[in-house]
Amino acid sequence: MESTTETLGGGFDDAPRQAARAFRAALEAMARPGQLQQLGEVARAPAPCSPAAATLLLVLCDPETPVFLAGAHDSAAMRDWLRFHTGAPLVETRVAAVFALGTAEALAPLSDFAVGVPEYPDRSATLIIDGWASAHPVRLSGPGLREARAAELPMPEAFRANAARFPLGWDAYFTRADSLWALPRSTRIRMEGS
Amino acid sequence: MYVAVKGGEKAIDQAHDWLAEARRGDPSVAELSVAQIREQLALAVNRVMAEGSLFDPDLAALAIKQARGDLIEAIFLIRAYRTTLPRFAASRPLDTGAMRCDRRISATYKDLPGGQVLGPTFDYTHRLLDFALEAEGLDRPAVPAEADPCAMPRVTGFLDAEGLIQPEPPCEAVPGDLTRAPLELPAERALRLQALARGDEGFVLSMAYSTQRGYAKNHPFVAELRIGALAVEVEIPELGFAVEIGELELSECETVNQFTGSKSAPAQFTRGYGLVFGQSERKAISMALVDRALRWRELGEDWKGAPAQDEEFVLSHCDNIQATGFLEHIKLPHYVDFQSELELVRKLRRAAGAEVRAGAQADAQAAAE
Amino acid sequence: MSAYNFAYLDEQTKRMIRRALLKALAVPGYQVPFASREMPMPYGWGTGGVQVSAAVLVPEDVLKVIDQGADDTTNAVSIRRFFQKVAGVAVSEATAQATVIQTRHRIPERALEEGQILVYQVPIPEPLRFLEPSEIETRKMHALEEYGLMHVKLYEDISRHGEIATSYAYPVKVEGRYVMDPSPIPKFDNPKLSMAAIQLFGAGREQRIYALPPWTEVVSLDFEDYPFEAARAPHACDLCGAGDSYLDEVITDDAGGRMFVCSDTDFCGERRAAGHVGRLGESA
Repeated sequence: MESTTETLGGGFDDAPRQAARAFRAALEAMARPGQLQQLGEVARAPAPCSPAAATLLLVLCDPETPVFLAGAHDSAAMRDWLRFHTGAPLVETRVAAVFALGTAEALAPLSDFAVGVPEYPDRSATLIIDGWASAHPVRLSGPGLREARAAELPMPEAFRANAARFPLGWDAYFTRADSLWALPRSTRIRMEGS
Repeated sequence: MYVAVKGGEKAIDQAHDWLAEARRGDPSVAELSVAQIREQLALAVNRVMAEGSLFDPDLAALAIKQARGDLIEAIFLIRAYRTTLPRFAASRPLDTGAMRCDRRISATYKDLPGGQVLGPTFDYTHRLLDFALEAEGLDRPAVPAEADPCAMPRVTGFLDAEGLIQPEPPCEAVPGDLTRAPLELPAERALRLQALARGDEGFVLSMAYSTQRGYAKNHPFVAELRIGALAVEVEIPELGFAVEIGELELSECETVNQFTGSKSAPAQFTRGYGLVFGQSERKAISMALVDRALRWRELGEDWKGAPAQDEEFVLSHCDNIQATGFLEHIKLPHYVDFQSELELVRKLRRAAGAEVRAGAQADAQAAAE
Repeated sequence: MSAYNFAYLDEQTKRMIRRALLKALAVPGYQVPFASREMPMPYGWGTGGVQVSAAVLVPEDVLKVIDQGADDTTNAVSIRRFFQKVAGVAVSEATAQATVIQTRHRIPERALEEGQILVYQVPIPEPLRFLEPSEIETRKMHALEEYGLMHVKLYEDISRHGEIATSYAYPVKVEGRYVMDPSPIPKFDNPKLSMAAIQLFGAGREQRIYALPPWTEVVSLDFEDYPFEAARAPHACDLCGAGDSYLDEVITDDAGGRMFVCSDTDFCGERRAAGHVGRLGESA
């Protein structure tokens, strides 16, 4: 049972306080698109899941939030870890997910995720994009940004299409190692150098 | 020199000390025990359990003592406590047909299997103050031992068997939970019934009364009112069978209501349903009438614009904890908003005054010309 | 206080509120439904704000609670004590030191900064509610961006009174999309709604959460020929002499005597400490 430690470990010792601090970083990130947030204490999940992504899952997921795992993140070890630590049900289709985890490429086609309905645009997915193959320079503007901010975005066309549906759309976190940043649907994206 | 009002913390502490003293009343009078409230003010305890949505007679009695007998305040205490409780399991659905009834009456059949049982009721008491109760320690007549409990099948079952009443087939869908998910409108019947079960007795009573007086009249007959105890069972997955974890006292009312049918559907009676913790029959009957009125759409009836038909109106206003909180919040300071209104009214009056003066001047000028 | 979880709410409830907060930030001005819990204080007394604060507080926070701009009003005192007890956070009356500020009816005079969060207590989150009582209808109106009714109401004000007769809870449009109730702040505070801090709005009884990320475009509704005007009493503070703060009017005797004082007690106190003296004040 070598996977047992991997499954049972990696959570928080003092969940209420650690989750509060991690959520605060996630909140600041969603409020300030493109601004990198460094997490203090992080959770650890089986590879290739980054500590930042593991922390988001732990802080936000529970039995009420169906999760979609994509690509290399959809491993038996990851499924066990998620079930044990959050109780979140795993779903096989993108449209059924409240949260989704994977690389940008594995999560594609992003247009398949729930975007909410006009009366309830909040009924939409949150993507945790944990790694990406290539990124393109863009400029971000909109709520949370006093001035436009430069960023690097994988699959910028998919994000622009998502932003164009505002107020419908999904929202995304980008995670790498111990840090994260967010891109809500409300952010306007301009391609750079084209 | 003006000094702003300070000392909020001290004022709060002193007010609460005073409250504790007032709660106790004259110390030369014996203090009420929680057990006395539970045993001797049982109907107050029942109401607090029903509207507090927590079946625990001891806690309800404690809340009534703490609230100085203010039942809405006691319900609030129970609700606030209830939200903090972890949820271990969901019980199996209760079969109220198997209830051990203390009281069971039907207004639709003179006699029926299981019989009519009056039970401990205020009905047919003459409402004359019983001064004998002023004297304490009097022995009360003992109630004759219960006859062997016999089966009391549901009255609506007889109508069901004849196909005379709109069927209510069992449903496997998991009902929503009003306390865990925000209410979304229109709401399904299970959620409406949840809201009514914990709704304010006075509000639900008035809504029900309004239907009787013609606002969405639905001609109810009390097919059956039953009050009694029922075991609560919980399925234990590890054991593979259900275990009895306790017993609830419930009041249930099923009404049979008139329904004309249509060309395609032959005439059939319809139902209203009420279920409440404890002995709370006024509430159970009221709930059944309001439930029936709210079903106008699914039963193909006309919208008559009656308050009791208006789901959004009823569900948004039946909760006395929401209502009392919002109502009473207007005693909190509002001087910032009032000040902005004051300035606006002053400004509008200045502008109006200038206009009136200008108008008078124009009139005088016109008269002079 | 080991009898309570950190910040009172259980973790599952906090997660539910936190998810709602993130969606609220992602769709600024849109009211996200949430399963508001019964709190140990009455609905209408700040349960929405308290739940939002409980979901965002970290142990290192410095909390400030104001009601009508003042730290010492009884309900502000009560809420501040609640969080001292259940979250063990530090508290302060100084706006500059606070990291989380829970407020009822005011935005502090001092400009808030990045790193601060302003949490509003909201009684009726629906700006269209007084025009259309049905939630089913108003939800549809927001979905269709159908705000004609609001403009008709404002226009009727103008034809009756000569100007828009709304002095508090003055409706705003957020990022050109959602009409939002800024909570019952005086319209004097409306221009501050676009700010460096994160603004979160909680309505407990009505089960709604909404938010404004920093620097979100917030426009008070008006007409070209009747532009929005922030209003205050045309006086200076009688204690600190400030001529640009929002004022409370205090009746000082029964012969028409009155004075005007800053509603923001921290702002006024700081000015007096710095040597500013108003008509009836004493130098510090």
